[in-house]
Amino acid sequence: MKQTATEVLVIGGGAAGLSAAAEAASAGAKVLVVESDLRLGGQLIKQTHKFFGSKDEYAGTRGFKIADILLNEIDSFKDSVSILQNTTVTGYYIEDDTFTAMRGEEEVFQIKSQKTIIATGAQERLIPFPNNDLPGVYGAGAVQTLMNVYGVLPGKRVLMIGAGNIGLIVSYQLMQAGVEVAAIVEAGPRIGGYWVHAAKIRRLGVPILLRHSIKKALGEDVVTGAVITGLNEKFEHVGPEEEIECDLICIAVGLSPTTELLSQAGCKMMYVPQLCGNVAQRDRTMRTSNPGFYTAGDASGIEEASAAMVEGRIAGLSAAASLGYPTEHGKIDEYWGRLESLRMGEAGARICQGIECVLVKGWEGASHE
Amino acid sequence: MDEKVGPGGKGHELALIEEHPILDFDHGEKVRFFFDGKELEGFEGEPISMALHANGVRIYRETAEMHRPRGFFCAIGKCSSCFMIVDGVPNVRTCITPLKAGMEVETQHGKGNVPDSNDGRACS
Repeated sequence: MKQTATEVLVIGGGAAGLSAAAEAASAGAKVLVVESDLRLGGQLIKQTHKFFGSKDEYAGTRGFKIADILLNEIDSFKDSVSILQNTTVTGYYIEDDTFTAMRGEEEVFQIKSQKTIIATGAQERLIPFPNNDLPGVYGAGAVQTLMNVYGVLPGKRVLMIGAGNIGLIVSYQLMQAGVEVAAIVEAGPRIGGYWVHAAKIRRLGVPILLRHSIKKALGEDVVTGAVITGLNEKFEHVGPEEEIECDLICIAVGLSPTTELLSQAGCKMMYVPQLCGNVAQRDRTMRTSNPGFYTAGDASGIEEASAAMVEGRIAGLSAAASLGYPTEHGKIDEYWGRLESLRMGEAGARICQGIECVLVKGWEGASHE
Repeated sequence: MDEKVGPGGKGHELALIEEHPILDFDHGEKVRFFFDGKELEGFEGEPISMALHANGVRIYRETAEMHRPRGFFCAIGKCSSCFMIVDGVPNVRTCITPLKAGMEVETQHGKGNVPDSNDGRACS
């Protein structure tokens, strides 16, 4: 079988992965970025809103423009960074220290690397309700891909499930694309996302129904509507049913880190609710318990793209340093400073609690009970 | 005006976003491809599932046991919902497989047959 070798393998070409690749290459390392999608940039290319955060992470710039900035930076290292798109890393075999990968659907090959950065991002969570498998029930990320990357209308009228930041932002983006938003239902007693996003939506007359959720999707072969009700404190459906006419039900109930490769590499994993799932323990260099593996971005815990970019920088820098490439002294502390300032708000406090659980000081006797 | 245009209907227009306050869409070359034998149009290099969606196709496969319809869902090649038969090969992730001119895309019923290793084509 064909085999490719690299010094630093970056799995995932999104916010974290591209930042990691740029940083490792700037230190002098040879880098291979493997991305399963046809396009690079991950979630960044789907974001039409201006980012918050800090100036260092391009606050005030629209997400898809940040992707362009990162891609230009990568382009300046084109002698040392190779990129494979439409290529999925399908597994890691610890006994052979080898990755298997698939380009398209049929070309299979192996990859050997000295250091690997897992920047595989996240996947959509789903909630159970009858007919949740009907065509027309789509993940929020998928809806963004349809309308913001490929300019395809996802539907005519949508019911949005979830009023966290993604639910709010995607609702607004749907309206920008000309799709009517029937309502946003949120199981919790309050809006999870930023008020500024919620306010934009309320100004446009879209109801945000708290303590409400979908009871079932309607339709024979495709979605034609949904039934929603109120919820009690135990999240049970109560009160009158309301039928919503819609051809699209968009699920924005959260994300889970994509960590299969980290598990396959034997990295010590921990379930951390604040980081939304199973994530790898890591030290301040983003190294995991396996000295060859680093983690960054949503794969290391669900957060925002700004933090993912900084974590990617840390992982890329550390991977290059561990291979003996000279790196600027104190750079990692500077990056941690940036992370701290990004994590200052209310949502950040929760992330910090989570990070405290998984962060280890060093790996000698780092059982972290 | 409100006539239901099925996939590939005469004069059928692609359901694309024409005006957007922020984004411009730079679609590639428009090409013809086949969906269950019907000729449709899509953009070369964009995922097959996008072209189908723009043509109003929502059902991409039917599950093996419950015969439930499945379509687009995650768009990142992870959920298996959009598997179809493409040029004879089953279980193709149409959300991350680029469209090519003349491609034959078929609704997949059940698990699909693994291509015969002797000639690399699907056996039936």
